[in-house]
Amino acid sequence: MLKPKVKQNSVDLYFMDARSKLIDIAAFMDRVERDGLTDDFRYRAFKDALNQLDADKRAEAVLRALSDPTLEPIEAAITKAACGAWPEKPR
Amino acid sequence: MRYIEPHAHMVSRTTDDYLAMVVAGCKAVCEPAFWAGYDRSSVNGFYDYFRQLTDYEPKRAAMFGLPHFSWLCINPKEAEDLVLGREVIAMIPEFMGRENVLGIGEIGLNKNSRNELTILEEHVNLAAENNQLILVHTPHLEDKLKGTQLIVDLIKNDSRIDPGKVLIDHVEEHTVKYVMDAGMWGGLTLYPESKCTSPRAIDILESYGADRLWMNSACDWGVSVPLAVPYAAQEMRRRGYDDETVDKVFFHNPVKFLSQCENFTVRG
Repeated sequence: MLKPKVKQNSVDLYFMDARSKLIDIAAFMDRVERDGLTDDFRYRAFKDALNQLDADKRAEAVLRALSDPTLEPIEAAITKAACGAWPEKPR
Repeated sequence: MRYIEPHAHMVSRTTDDYLAMVVAGCKAVCEPAFWAGYDRSSVNGFYDYFRQLTDYEPKRAAMFGLPHFSWLCINPKEAEDLVLGREVIAMIPEFMGRENVLGIGEIGLNKNSRNELTILEEHVNLAAENNQLILVHTPHLEDKLKGTQLIVDLIKNDSRIDPGKVLIDHVEEHTVKYVMDAGMWGGLTLYPESKCTSPRAIDILESYGADRLWMNSACDWGVSVPLAVPYAAQEMRRRGYDDETVDKVFFHNPVKFLSQCENFTVRG
């Protein structure tokens, strides 16, 4: 594992950045609700992923919650793009 | 500081970017073959692209005193067409002997389809038959977890491939352990929105060690930052890391992996 010789206070370093992103998330959710788009599968996945903030390894858990968990290759690629959430995730 | 940019699509960048990278301490740039943003209409499009990667772009970089290296393949976004994929793979050996070629890459998967897997397997076979290094692109966003597992498993199943000569790029918190446990190298790609930010990339180093990880900007024609690597080095210093550790991560690590190809040479 890697550690700095002189450890800095990570709250000092990153609190303001995280605070700003947290408010952006809250504003995004307000916006989506105001626009009546809460049934979009990406938004549902987003809200599910928020539940992972209580997990042990939060970043990994959030990424997994937004991922295709299957292992079978798909028959054919009909698009090149990814959208950030797994469209087939059960409700 | 000094650093290696191990993954940059310089054909999409300006000479201003070359100048900025050199001034920031870049000692070599490595350019994998990738998707142009549109599908090529035939194998001839790849022939010209490989000429650009092995002839013209090294000359453009040399104008700034920067050594330029390249990787060759058909990228996974165009691998759904098996006929085209096989035509391109058949052409690669013609370019493999060029002096700036490091190996086969960036191969991999995009949407995790059967045809993409077939072309990946044929690329891996080409690398094995010619003792080439392998650079692998892992899929984007929701497809990354599955794609990384499929890729690592496929390569592990080929006993001819030394995992220490394979770099799996664009790892994140949910895929890095799978790559490290397989004995392969991992690449942390620093993008403003997707992949990794600098703080997250350093978190991953702090969790998994810095022995088989490097950082790259993967700058291309999309939203990306050609100086993302030195910016990440600055972030490490802000966290209290000394110059020796920064030099290991940003210079020695890429040099160690890339020096497994005899074409790679760099002056510190």
